[in-house]
Amino acid sequence: MITTPTSEAEIAEALRTATAEKLPVLVQGHGSKLGMLRPVQAARTISTSALTGITLYAPKELIISARAGTTLSEIEAALAAEGQHIIAEPPDLSGLFGPSEQTIGGIVATNLSGPRRIAWGSMRDHVIGLRAVNGQGEILRAGGRVLKNVTGLDLCKLLTGSHGTLAIITEVTLKILPAPQATGTILLRGLSPARAIAAMAQALGSPFSVSGAARLADGKTAIRIEDFAPSVTYRCEKLADDLADFGTSEIIGTAESLALWRKIRNVEPLAAEPEEAIWRVSVAPSAGPAVLAAAERAGAHGFLDWGGGLVWLAGPASGQTHEAISTVTRQAGGVWWLMRAPDPLRVAVDVIPPEPGALSTIRRRVQDSFDPARILNPGRLYAA
Amino acid sequence: MIEQPAPKLDILRRRDAIVAGLAALLPGSGLISDARMLKPYETDGLSAYRQAPMAVALPETTEQVAAVLRFCHENGVRVIPRGAGTSLSGGALPLEDAVVVGMMRMNAITTINYADRHAVVQAGVTNIAITQAVSDEGFFYAPDPSSQLACMIGGNVNMNSGGAHCLKYGVTTNNLLGLKIVLIDGQIIEIGGEHLDSAGYDWLGLFTGSEGQLGIVTEVTVRILRGPEGARAMLAAFDNNEIAGACVDAIIGSGIIPVALEFMDRPAIHACEAFAHAGYPLDAEALLIIEVEGSDAEIDFLLASIKDICNRFNPLSMRVSQSQAESLAIWKGRKGAFGAVGRISPDYLCMDGTIPTSQLPFVLRRISEMSDSYGLKVANIFHAGDGNLHPLIMFDANDDSSFHKAEEFGADILRLCVEVGGCLTGEHGVGVEKRELMKVQFNETELNQQRRIKSAFDPAWLLNPSKVFPLDGLSHAA
Repeated sequence: MITTPTSEAEIAEALRTATAEKLPVLVQGHGSKLGMLRPVQAARTISTSALTGITLYAPKELIISARAGTTLSEIEAALAAEGQHIIAEPPDLSGLFGPSEQTIGGIVATNLSGPRRIAWGSMRDHVIGLRAVNGQGEILRAGGRVLKNVTGLDLCKLLTGSHGTLAIITEVTLKILPAPQATGTILLRGLSPARAIAAMAQALGSPFSVSGAARLADGKTAIRIEDFAPSVTYRCEKLADDLADFGTSEIIGTAESLALWRKIRNVEPLAAEPEEAIWRVSVAPSAGPAVLAAAERAGAHGFLDWGGGLVWLAGPASGQTHEAISTVTRQAGGVWWLMRAPDPLRVAVDVIPPEPGALSTIRRRVQDSFDPARILNPGRLYAA
Repeated sequence: MIEQPAPKLDILRRRDAIVAGLAALLPGSGLISDARMLKPYETDGLSAYRQAPMAVALPETTEQVAAVLRFCHENGVRVIPRGAGTSLSGGALPLEDAVVVGMMRMNAITTINYADRHAVVQAGVTNIAITQAVSDEGFFYAPDPSSQLACMIGGNVNMNSGGAHCLKYGVTTNNLLGLKIVLIDGQIIEIGGEHLDSAGYDWLGLFTGSEGQLGIVTEVTVRILRGPEGARAMLAAFDNNEIAGACVDAIIGSGIIPVALEFMDRPAIHACEAFAHAGYPLDAEALLIIEVEGSDAEIDFLLASIKDICNRFNPLSMRVSQSQAESLAIWKGRKGAFGAVGRISPDYLCMDGTIPTSQLPFVLRRISEMSDSYGLKVANIFHAGDGNLHPLIMFDANDDSSFHKAEEFGADILRLCVEVGGCLTGEHGVGVEKRELMKVQFNETELNQQRRIKSAFDPAWLLNPSKVFPLDGLSHAA
C-alpha cells in the first residue's frame, strides 16, 4: 500500500500509528533511487511526492526552501530564472535506474553530489535547514534559514544522507549560489589513470579554482573552470600552459563544456550494461587508480571524478566482484556504496562498509533515539 | 547571572584519590592540581565567569586521553575539554567537581599531503599554524576565526568556528575530512578519513560543532586549499545603514561572491580606526569591507564591477587598496575590532547571532533603541554576506548592575535574531552563555531529540555538562 500524504501532520500521524503497531515503512519520493543499497521489506510505503512547492526563495540571501516532494527540475527552473544554481549539482541517475523525476527530499536523504563537490562541497554542506518527522511521529526542525548557524547539535548533517532511516524529511532549505557566467574545460587525451591523477592534482593545486576534474573511461581527462567569462578564458589558457607536460591540450567553450559536465554529473561515462552491478567509491584522490585497476582485474570498468577521489564502477553482479571492490577500497581507507544490483546480491553483502564496534553501538542508540520501533526504511543502510 | 549545577559532593570528598589516580596515568607534569597553577584554567574568552576545576589533565597522546576518560568514566567524574580557552560562549568554563582535559600538548602536525590536499594535525595545533605550515607551497587552511593566532583546531571542530572568509570557503564543518575521537568510556574511534564523502550517517558533521558533548577530538584531518593568485580589499562608506544593506544585496544579486563582505557601524568604525589607523572614514554611518581574489586583471575587473554597484547607492567615499600592505591595514582594523572596542570600554560582551540579511536595517535600528533604553553603548560588526552579526556591548565590570544589564541586553538581541528568522549563534557556540536561550529557538521535542543524541554518546552526561542544553529538562536523568 502506498500513501502520499499532503501535509507534514499526516506523515506524523501515520508514523505514530506505524510505531505503535511496529509496522515497517518504506520511505520514498518518486522512487528514483530505490535501487540503491539494500531493498526494504515493508508492507506500507509513504511517498513525499505530494508534499510539494517552493516555500521560500530569497535570491539575495542565497537560500531556497522547498517541501520535500518538490522535484529537482522545478527547483532548478526557479533558480535558473534568477541566474542561480544548486551548488553541489546533484546527479540525475535515470541512466542507472530508468527515467524518473527526483525530489529534493530524496536528493538530501541520499546526499548525492556531482563534479562540483571537489571544489564547493556536497549536498550536506549546503543543507542549512530541515523539517522532518522522526519514527515516533515527532516533528523536528533543524538548522534554519541563515547561512551561519551553530546553535545546538547539527541535525541537518545527521539527517542528510541518512536514507530515510531516522526521520522523514518534509522540507529542506539550501544555500545556493549565482550560476557562473561561463564554463571552460581543458581536455587532455590518452592519459593513464595515474598520469591523469597527477594532472588533476596539479590543476586542483593551482590557484585557478578548478571546479571539476574527471578522467573518463576512454582516457580523456577533463578539467573545468567556472566564473566570469574573462576569468575563464584567462585561467583555462594559463592552466593549459602549466599542464604542458601532460601532452597537447584542447580548450572547449561554455556550450560544449556544459554538455560534457552534464554527462559526467549524470554518470553517463560509466556506460553500464543493463545486467551489470554499479558501485560508487570515495577514496583519497591518489588511491583512485589502484581501486580502478583492482576493479578491472575483477572484470569491472569505470571512470574517475573528483580528481580521482570518486570512482564509479560497473561490472558483473557477483559476490566476487563486490569482494574485490570492497577489499581494495578498504585497503585504500575509503568507502563504497553498492548503487545497483539484483536483490539477492543487495541482501547478501555489505552495501556500505561496516562500522567499527564502538560506533555501531552508538549508531543503534542514535537510531533508537529517532525511531525506537525501527520502522523507517529498515535495512536500507544498516542490516541491524 | 548563569547558574551552575551543584557539585557532586562524593566526588569532592574523593578529590585526593581522583587526583592521584589521574596523576598515575599522566607521566611527568601532565596533571595540575595545585590551586595556584589551576588559576589560568578558571575561565576562557567569556571571562566574566570563573570557576577553578578539581584538576587539569594535559595529555600528550590519544592513548593518554583515552586513559583519562576511562578513569573519569569509571569514577563518575565530569570532564571539561579545553583547547586554547578562547571560547566566547564559555565553552571551556570548568565546574568545581570536574577535570579539565587540556589539549595544548598535542600540537604536532603529523602529515601534509599536497597531492591529495589534506593535512593531519593534532587537536592542540593552532588554527594559524596549519596555514603557516603549508603557505610555502601556496596552500592555506580556510576557516579564519579572529582568534586564529591562539585558538586550536580541536576547539574549532567542537565549535564549528567560522571567520571572515566563510562566505566563499565555508566554516569548519565544510573543511574537514576526518577525526580521531576518544569516547567517554575511553574507546578510540576514527570517522571520515582522507576521502570526501563518507558512507552511513554523517558522524563528522554531527561531531563538528557539538561543543564537547559527544567525545574528545584528538586528531583532525583538514582540507588544505591552494590560495588564489592574489587578493585585494576595498572600502565603501555610506551615510546610512539601510543603504549599505541594500548595497550588500545588490552585490550578491549581481552574481559576484566576494571572498569577504564585512559591515561595521559608526561606533565600530571609530573604535577600529583609533586602534588600527587603517584610514577608515570617520564621517560614515556604515562601512563595507569587500575583498575579492584572483589575478591582478581579475581583481581589477571584479572591483570595477563592485564600484559600479556601490556608486548606485551614493557612497560617501570608496577606496580600493593599492597594495598588499594597504589590504593588510584594512583587515587589521577589522580583525582587531574586539581589541579596539576594549580600548574604549574595558569590558564588553561579544554577541553572535545570525539574521536573514534582509532584516539588517530593522535589527540595527532595534539594537540602537535597546542601547538607549539599557543605557549601554554597542558597536556592531557584521559578516554581511552571511548574516552573522557581532554586537559588542560595552559595560563596566566593576558595577554588577552594569554587567547584568549587559547580559539582559545581549539576550534581548539574540531573541530578536530568532524572532526575525535567524538563530542564537552563528559561530561562537551556545556554551554556558546561551544555554537557557535554547528554548527560544527550539521547542522541548526538538531539545529532547538533541539530548537523546547526547545520551547515545555519553549516557551519564559526564562530558562538558551544563553547556548547550538548558539546565532543566531531560539531561542528567537520561
